[in-house]
Amino acid sequence: MKYFTRLRVRRVYEWRGKPLSFNRKLKTYEYGSLAISVEGLPRITVIKIGQHILIEGEDEDNPYVAKVIRLFGDDSGKQKKAVVQWFVRVFEVPLSKLKLLGREPHPQEIFYYQGRSCDDEVDAGSILKPVQVTHLDAAAPFPDAGDGDALYVKLSWDSKTFRVAERSVVESELAPASSPPPRPTPSLPPSPPCSPPAAALASRGPARRALPTPDLTVMRRAAQGEARGGRATASAGKARAAEAESLHSSTKLSASKCLSAKRRNASARTPGVRKKLELSNPERNSMAGEDILGQLLDDELESVGMVAVGRLSASPPQDLSLTPRRRSRGAPGTPGSFSLKPSVIVLQKLSLSERTSPPSSASPPQGDEVMEPESMTGSLKTPRRRAATPRRPYATREQKAATPSRKKERDTLKEPALGVLAEVDNEISPMLPVIATPRGSKRKSAQLVSSRIRKQLNLLDNLQDLNSDGEDEEEFVPSKKELQSSEEEEEEEDEEEEEEAGLDSDDDVVYKKGRRAAAGPRTPRSKPRIRSSTRTPQRTPNRKITPGTPRTPQCATPSIPSRSLPARQPANVLEEARTRLHVSSVPESLPCREQEFQDIYSFVESKIEDGTGGCMYISGVPGTGKTATVQEVMRCLQHAADVDEIPPFHFIEINGMKMTDPHQAYVQILQKLTGQKATADHAAALLEKRFSNPAPRKETTVLLVDELDLLWTRKQNVMYNLFDWPTRRHARLVVLTIANTMDLPERIMINRVASRLGLTRMSFQPYSFKQLQQIIMSRLNKVKAFEEDALQLVSRKVNDQGHRGRLTPGHPGGVRGGKAFSRGIRPPPSQVSLRSPRWAALSGDARRCLDICRTATEICEHSPADPSATGLVEVGHVMEALNEMFSSAYVTAIKCASLQEQLFLRAVIAEFRRLGLEEATFQQVFVQHQALCRVEGLQPISVSEGLAVCRRLGGCRLLLLEPSRLGVLQRVRLNVSQDDVLYALKAD
Amino acid sequence: MSKRKMQPADLPAGECVSQLQEMLRQRLCHQQLPDRPEGVEAQHKHLLELLKRTSVHGESNSVLIVGPRGAGKTMLLKCVLRDLQEEKEAEKNLLQVHLNGLLQTDDRIALKEITRQLHLENVVGDKVFGSFAENLTFLLEALKKGDRSSSRPVLFVLDEFDLFAAHKNQTLLYNLLDVSQSAQAPIAVVGMTCRLDVLELLEKRVKSRFSHRQIHLLSNPTFAEYLGRVRTRLGLPDHFPDSRFAADWNASVETLCEDKSVEEVLRRHFHSSKDFRSLHMLLMLCLSRVSVAKPWIRPADLLEASRLSFADGEANMLHGLSILELCLIIAMKHLNDVYEGEPFNLQMVHNEFKKFLQRKSNSMYNFDQPVILKAFEHLQQLEMIRPVDSSSAKTQREFQLMRLMLDHSQIMEALQKYPQCPTEVKQWAMSAFG
Repeated sequence: MKYFTRLRVRRVYEWRGKPLSFNRKLKTYEYGSLAISVEGLPRITVIKIGQHILIEGEDEDNPYVAKVIRLFGDDSGKQKKAVVQWFVRVFEVPLSKLKLLGREPHPQEIFYYQGRSCDDEVDAGSILKPVQVTHLDAAAPFPDAGDGDALYVKLSWDSKTFRVAERSVVESELAPASSPPPRPTPSLPPSPPCSPPAAALASRGPARRALPTPDLTVMRRAAQGEARGGRATASAGKARAAEAESLHSSTKLSASKCLSAKRRNASARTPGVRKKLELSNPERNSMAGEDILGQLLDDELESVGMVAVGRLSASPPQDLSLTPRRRSRGAPGTPGSFSLKPSVIVLQKLSLSERTSPPSSASPPQGDEVMEPESMTGSLKTPRRRAATPRRPYATREQKAATPSRKKERDTLKEPALGVLAEVDNEISPMLPVIATPRGSKRKSAQLVSSRIRKQLNLLDNLQDLNSDGEDEEEFVPSKKELQSSEEEEEEEDEEEEEEAGLDSDDDVVYKKGRRAAAGPRTPRSKPRIRSSTRTPQRTPNRKITPGTPRTPQCATPSIPSRSLPARQPANVLEEARTRLHVSSVPESLPCREQEFQDIYSFVESKIEDGTGGCMYISGVPGTGKTATVQEVMRCLQHAADVDEIPPFHFIEINGMKMTDPHQAYVQILQKLTGQKATADHAAALLEKRFSNPAPRKETTVLLVDELDLLWTRKQNVMYNLFDWPTRRHARLVVLTIANTMDLPERIMINRVASRLGLTRMSFQPYSFKQLQQIIMSRLNKVKAFEEDALQLVSRKVNDQGHRGRLTPGHPGGVRGGKAFSRGIRPPPSQVSLRSPRWAALSGDARRCLDICRTATEICEHSPADPSATGLVEVGHVMEALNEMFSSAYVTAIKCASLQEQLFLRAVIAEFRRLGLEEATFQQVFVQHQALCRVEGLQPISVSEGLAVCRRLGGCRLLLLEPSRLGVLQRVRLNVSQDDVLYALKAD
Repeated sequence: MSKRKMQPADLPAGECVSQLQEMLRQRLCHQQLPDRPEGVEAQHKHLLELLKRTSVHGESNSVLIVGPRGAGKTMLLKCVLRDLQEEKEAEKNLLQVHLNGLLQTDDRIALKEITRQLHLENVVGDKVFGSFAENLTFLLEALKKGDRSSSRPVLFVLDEFDLFAAHKNQTLLYNLLDVSQSAQAPIAVVGMTCRLDVLELLEKRVKSRFSHRQIHLLSNPTFAEYLGRVRTRLGLPDHFPDSRFAADWNASVETLCEDKSVEEVLRRHFHSSKDFRSLHMLLMLCLSRVSVAKPWIRPADLLEASRLSFADGEANMLHGLSILELCLIIAMKHLNDVYEGEPFNLQMVHNEFKKFLQRKSNSMYNFDQPVILKAFEHLQQLEMIRPVDSSSAKTQREFQLMRLMLDHSQIMEALQKYPQCPTEVKQWAMSAFG
């Protein structure tokens, strides 16, 4: 948008020609081309499917590059969307990764993007213009920069590694695309009049179209291989995501790999991407309804695809054999539409054990192995499994059929369809299983969590869709059978994997299958890409960031100079213990916070997997591990994302205490998110836009807001925004907030803010003394530096809830000035004789606990070597540490005061007693003081000397004084209890 | 050799005295560090260990040095730093940042100062140093990038620590203490304050991040130690150029300290305040009386110095007042007696004064109202009286309520010493009734 507004150019986007197809469910029309005209200029730019285009991005000088895969719009014609395959520019690749290139990137070079986690659906309004993209062989030199606009593709980039991009990916499709009339590229949403003659082409086309249509009739047709007609396509538009997925499923790549639903979709559309996407598919929780559709579609696709394959692979005998079977299947399938339904249900059951699908499947769930036999038999019955399996098998079949040699042959064939097929074969290659297996296993835990959520969300949709699904599935069945027949061991493995993935979401599985079938044909090297792409979590963030700020060298970040001599390592046990006990040392684990950890983890994880947003409020007194726990959670999640268990996400952290003004929160968030610098207002606007608009390539952001209460403003707009963004549809923002008070939302937030914060709250209880002990133990981790008793004493002292208010016998000043509190703590048996001083409130603060231990080690280290000492920290050392840290110094201070100061304190008390008040003016006290001086036989002091004495006492805060300009009129109060004063003076 | 020996003896008396003055003033005024901290050895060792661990092991720490004014907090820290510098490892590594709550009155200024002292501003180059917020993120970024083993430890000394607690949100303290409790650049935060209740000033989150180490400087010297301190402060070292002069001087100091009256004076000072800063002031006054003609301190000098330092400023100011003003003060005193400290206004004072004049006015002139008003305003300027409420614009000056800022004893004392004070006035002042 920025782009346009800046240029003051209004572009008009119009569809050219009639819609190619119509998706009833989504109410979308597919188009073959789009006309862009600039107001006031006669020239019209036409964007066709398969063409490369520039898409406006944050960086206006370097718009995104992509290839159009589909064009579609809704009924009203208001919404125009395009599905694209992305290419990345050099600057979009992280600098650190650019090294992998091993050479200087050409300025006009772009990379075929195989990473995932990019939304491949863009608003047609963001299309700027077509662009010339040429594929170059890896070894070929770049042409001289004759054409400023031309871009060159040599390599593909999957966010981890560079690979040689296949010409077919870029150009073979391109060529056909550029010559639009025969929708040659498989990716294109098929034009209705797809001609049966070109079997391969036809098969593809139908497959896509077929996906969307839930119609029984259509499905039957598809099953029969004749159904490919445009009708199917009509419905396809409905869920582009679903379609994409279905496409993917056809490719048969390991469905389990695909993590992000969006990615999947995106990949589905862009040929090359699809495969990768498929990999990431499994978690498309967010769109339950669509998923189901997608499943159906996929199934259809599969069936179609299989047919197509059969036809295509006419040469290989297997394929041929397949096709017939398929048909036979299809025939039975069509009649038994109801049977299909059950199958779907079963799938769901399998995946989500708890999901309640009303039409329970007639056929009992079957194990993976079962599926094969069923498929062999070709009976309609095996509902779900088959559905799942068929795609796989399909793919596998193709692989087999398309032995390497075959691929080459196909490649050589210039016919687009054939070429595509060949690619598919490659993709199908058996690698999938390998990848998939680890995946599934990892995710199980996550799956459980996410599946539950999904269930809840999707239940309704599923139910609604079931009927239609069932119909669709009929078609599946046949295909499955065929597939199964051709299945091999590898396939089995794949299936297993898929099923695992399916556990997360049944829908996903289906999609995957569909996608594999569909997507498979196009992308040549699915596996490697997938892996790589899944790993790099940072990829996406960088991407987003870079376009906005085109590599401007950020202002040099300052750093503390590094030391000239290395830090000394701890030399003995006590030093070692001290290092471990330092609050800053990162513990291996967080003991005693397992439950909280689990709760936060599952909360964030589910949000990330679902691609949704949410808020959580965490409260607890200082030192109870709130921030530490959250950070630990994020570390774990980050790790999980690194190994592809969950989609990558972006974690940023702000702290209310670390900013000068609440509105700085915007600035910091924006900076950490994109690296941009902006004023608070501008940053707020940018963030608002970012979180409310759908954007390509978006990943979940997890925002930790520490010390939330400091973000309070009178209008509370900062808090409001923080909690409002997560509720936006496209925000994908998870906000974790931390503050001390449990009722903060009720106390300081106005209703609309509190309401948005929601009820997801967690409260960290102060540690009990047992827990504190455990914490120290785990920190020490076998370093034996403390005696058992000493440890216990520390933890008891720090957590003295329950002992609160107990006065230590014999200690005079229990209450200080009426407001404080003596905290008598039950002395350990050995220490009964010690006079326990007054300690400040230490309500289970782990920091205190660690600090006491640390101080105790120091005392132990420097205490004179006692022959009987064990060298360990003993109870006595701990007591000493406690005294040092928490004893109040008032009594000592009074004892150390000069004689006149002590007299003055006495005079104050005497005056208080006389007045019966706790307050007197200096003048009044001074009279008493003079009298006392005479009693003590001292020379009376002058007024100014008396004032000096008084001020000295006030400076230590033994007395509370009014401003000294009041002179003799200033009022005096004691800051210590009278008992303490008398005690201190008497002991003197 | 002989020449060297001879030379010091040859110094003229004037030279010796000026050398003496210079050396002792260095000690008394310039806070020259003693070779060994006196009376606070334990604290010295403790702090030294703590800072050593930061500078050598890279362990972050925070500590508060608490003690009344003049107890030697800064002296202790400086001694520790001096000793720390002697250690190679520490000297090369430790960066120091010194802040004072009286100078860095808010976090913005403090941050700028930190950046300047850490020489981080050159990183930013010519960039105009940005807003407060940028400054903060800049500094935090810098600290965050460091880690325990690789970056140089930074020592933050916060003098008048309690004033930093008054900064908005205690942002600076939170961040410094937070860094000291997290795995970032190793820092040591040393706060110095005279407030014993400083921990109660800290916000709970800040407090939780503070390590709760406190070093209390509450020394309790006996009078003998106090006297010994006087000797060491005045004594000349062996390396004084003129050894004979030094010996003479030291002998004179010894006799001075044994003098009864001197001991009396010093004891009085000791009872009044044990801190050494006031002692130094006293000795400075004596020292300035040393001259070539009288190259030693006599007991009388000390008595005079003591008298000066104990002099009551307000009573002295009374000496400079005119008779009329003095009479007004006396009238106020009587009003205070009659109304038990209730505030008064000009008219009341004037009435009181007129009554006095009616009774025994033989020698006193009856002043006009404007003259009285002028005198009254002068007293207010001298802050002998102050209005009860400052928002006095509305009330007429004659009726503005005032309070007397002097104690009765001060008035009586001043009257005794007032030159040529009319006896009626004295009698009036001493009489129980107006």
